[in-house]
Amino acid sequence: MISVTGRELTTSQWILRSLRLDGVLLVLLGILLVIGLLVLFSATGESVEALQRQSGRIALGLIALLLVARIPVSMLRAWSPWLFLLGLGMLIAVMLAGDIGKGARRWLDLGLIRFQPSEIMKLAMPLMLAWYLSLRNAPPRFLDLIVVSVLIVVPVLLVMRQPDLGTALLIGAAGLLVVFLAGLSWRWFLGLGLAIASAIPLLWLQMHDYQRQRVLTLFNPESDPLGAGYHIIQSKIAIGSGGLYGKGWLNGTQSQLQFLPERSTDFVFAVYAEEFGFVGIAVLLALYFLIVARGLWIATLAQDRFSRLIAGSISLTFAVYMVVNIGMVSGMLPVVGVPLPLVSYGGTSLVTLMVGFGILMAVHSQQRLVNR
Amino acid sequence: MLIDRQDSYNEEGRDQSRFSVRILVSIVVLLLLVLMLAGRMFTLQVGAHEHFTTLSENNRLRIEPIPPTRGLILDRNGVLLAENRPAYQLEVTVEQAGDLDLLLERLSGLVDLSTSEIDRFRGSVRQRRPFQPVLLKSGLDDETVARIAVARHELPGVEIEARPVRHYPQGADFAHVVGYVGRINEQDLRRLDTRNYAGTSHTGKTGVERYYEDVLHGTTGYKQVEVNAQGRVIRELSVVPPVPGQDLFLSIDLDLQRAARDALAPHDGALVAIDPATGEVLALVSKPGFDPNPFVNGISHRDFSALQSDPHNPLFNRALSGQYPPGSTLKPIVALAGLEGNVTTAERRMFATGYYQLPGHERRYRDWKRGGHGWVDMNRAIALSSDVYFYDLGHKLGIDRMAPMFAAFGIGNRVGIDATGERPGILPSREWKRSVQNLQWFPGETLITAIGQGYLLTTPLQLADVTSTLANRGQRVQTRLVRAVREGGDGEPQSEPVRYLAPVSASEAHWDVIQQALIDAVHARHGTAWGSIGSTSPTYRIAGKTGTAQVFSLAKDQEYDESELERRLWDHALFIGYAPAEAPAIAVAVLAEHGGSGGRVAAPIAREVMDAYLTSLGLVAEAEEEP
Repeated sequence: MISVTGRELTTSQWILRSLRLDGVLLVLLGILLVIGLLVLFSATGESVEALQRQSGRIALGLIALLLVARIPVSMLRAWSPWLFLLGLGMLIAVMLAGDIGKGARRWLDLGLIRFQPSEIMKLAMPLMLAWYLSLRNAPPRFLDLIVVSVLIVVPVLLVMRQPDLGTALLIGAAGLLVVFLAGLSWRWFLGLGLAIASAIPLLWLQMHDYQRQRVLTLFNPESDPLGAGYHIIQSKIAIGSGGLYGKGWLNGTQSQLQFLPERSTDFVFAVYAEEFGFVGIAVLLALYFLIVARGLWIATLAQDRFSRLIAGSISLTFAVYMVVNIGMVSGMLPVVGVPLPLVSYGGTSLVTLMVGFGILMAVHSQQRLVNR
Repeated sequence: MLIDRQDSYNEEGRDQSRFSVRILVSIVVLLLLVLMLAGRMFTLQVGAHEHFTTLSENNRLRIEPIPPTRGLILDRNGVLLAENRPAYQLEVTVEQAGDLDLLLERLSGLVDLSTSEIDRFRGSVRQRRPFQPVLLKSGLDDETVARIAVARHELPGVEIEARPVRHYPQGADFAHVVGYVGRINEQDLRRLDTRNYAGTSHTGKTGVERYYEDVLHGTTGYKQVEVNAQGRVIRELSVVPPVPGQDLFLSIDLDLQRAARDALAPHDGALVAIDPATGEVLALVSKPGFDPNPFVNGISHRDFSALQSDPHNPLFNRALSGQYPPGSTLKPIVALAGLEGNVTTAERRMFATGYYQLPGHERRYRDWKRGGHGWVDMNRAIALSSDVYFYDLGHKLGIDRMAPMFAAFGIGNRVGIDATGERPGILPSREWKRSVQNLQWFPGETLITAIGQGYLLTTPLQLADVTSTLANRGQRVQTRLVRAVREGGDGEPQSEPVRYLAPVSASEAHWDVIQQALIDAVHARHGTAWGSIGSTSPTYRIAGKTGTAQVFSLAKDQEYDESELERRLWDHALFIGYAPAEAPAIAVAVLAEHGGSGGRVAAPIAREVMDAYLTSLGLVAEAEEEP
């Protein structure tokens, strides 16, 4: 462990400190990213081009992380409501005038760049709630609860309408986690659980056909082996046939013979499980757990309520990502389209996650500055 | 004060400890979840390992897409405009090829292989499925096919496959209407349903091919195949056949299209002919065209830059995307606005001199005719195209009453034709200028708008659409290219219904005035098209209006003199007209770039096309042979 009180600093400690980075978290993230690239190389059929692209995105993500880490938390806090309003405005713009890709209206085209405003909301939501709840007395009262509910429900509904169930879920989770960390009474969470349970029939009526199909096939994938069940069946075969030690890197037959669909994006975990086996899974799960735990550690050491809430919710949202993706790939949860964080091929969610870790680093370095 | 701080410290401490409890709970829950996931993995990977290994080894069933046949595009008489031809391509199954470098070396002795083709090949070799043939070269000619067939025994893994490739037999004549297909790229992938395009390599890029992509493409079929442990297909198990795309019948008549192309020669420009009763486009020419066939499998960089740097700009669709000042062709609309707005009457006369001045302003707005036209009423003003009369009328109307009438005819909006690439032109107004330039509208701009200059821009397609509306006395009909759709292969073509749009409402008496003036512009001695059409005593009557659009703005008192100017600075020649004037069957708009005078150059072009069409309908006897 790096000693905070020691006078002498090694070179690497000095570099980390001047870059405002947490060495432990950085190393853990680095290992995960490298594993991701290895799996991706295998999943894309040894495509060097895909590897280069993903490396480029990782570089972009790291730059974003470095930049965000330098922003003082007080400034992040001051920006929070504006970022939220911006994200909300863009979500509405998408609803009115977004680009349609693959049957969903998610993209906003700003000439030079095209992006999904729902990505901004993934961070704007916890920032906004942390900002709001840090202004109020803890724990949240009834009035706060109403404000908070509106803040969560409106963006979630907008994203759900795109339709993008996976992202809506993550945004909603990010918001709820802030409220949870802020100390909202357990009674309310019990109530929420009951409300959700009773809302399921209503939700069912609201869902698109393809979403219903996914839920139905979850319970009985064999009913539709050529259609919606195909993903889950093939993914389970890939995982199960991996065994204890796996088939070895680049040797997964399920993925290499292209039985497994979406093997470089949402289902990349199955490729990993097939090639590295249960031992590999244990390592990966441990790695994810350590990253989240380190994030929560940073949160507990944070100096003020806003920092605590934002650092805590970012770490836990990351955990939600991981649990939902692995759950869906192994057939425990419906296929909602949540990527495996920092491993799945694709740029937008990777950059958003890295910005999130940048915020964690910023919280971490502020705490260190105060200690000194 | 002190107590306050004490309080907030306490508060902070309480908050921190409450937070720590929540974090602890989170960690515990997370640990449970991770253990649960690990447990799940353990059941799958260790507990059920045998089961899944068997499944994996028996996993011999793969689903392969079968691409549908793309629909054909035909002209109104069933002549092919876009078809699918079998083209021979060279494919290599790497697993059977042995030494790939040696094979490529041998092949390059038989086929002309470029480095880019080899690079693309090596790229797809890395991403193929086992035993999936990889394309090396497409578009082989018969001779090459024969050469390879002879040397077959020393080329293991090499196959010659016949695959359908889009072909445009009419070449350049329909490039700007039908458009072309090309290989699917990243941008296309964002818009296409990847599932339905799993086996498709090409998609519509421009024109009708792009607009009707959904109709032409069809639905991809699937076959379930059994493969061996190495991934090689052993047999087919079941097939869901693809649904072929639908065939499109355009309303364009190939012969008329060619007649229009020839009539435009030697000019660059555009011609659009519409059947006013149905809105069907009869001919749509943008000259020069280009051969779309090389675009299908990727045009070479050199050929593409040659097309791009061609000064005649053959890739530019003048008919749909070219925005030109309409010049005097839209004076009838200004006249109608004057009549409907009670600003003037058909009988009111004015003495038109060689220029017009706004009250209290120095600037002279010149007429195209030096010295002016003398006494003119509305009929004469349209027929001989007096600028001064319309400066005056425009001034009395004002832009606020002129713009709505233009808008009623569809100026400033896309016609909504069923092909891509259409542009909306510009209908200037006070609001338009404020929003675009953030400037106020000047009275002088009203004057030049009234004679179709200034900010006002229209496409040749819009002009033809306006002409059709004039021919219909205000009834607007949706202009379209596709008149019928046929379910894949056989079956009867199903006609698309005619769509009527909100009409331009004006009194019958006013339409009579406009229509008579348009007839007089062609058939009266003072008409601007008298010299080129009226004086040749045609066998039917045409209602039309000439126009000349300035390309080059003259200094205040400079005279325009064709002979002194470079050709590229000459005015554009325009003509709009419909015939027969009493029962319109065809409405035509012509734009000859840098043609000079609308009456002398553009009017005869339109007339040739009308002759050809009306003859084909039997409305006019064949032109008599000169003895």
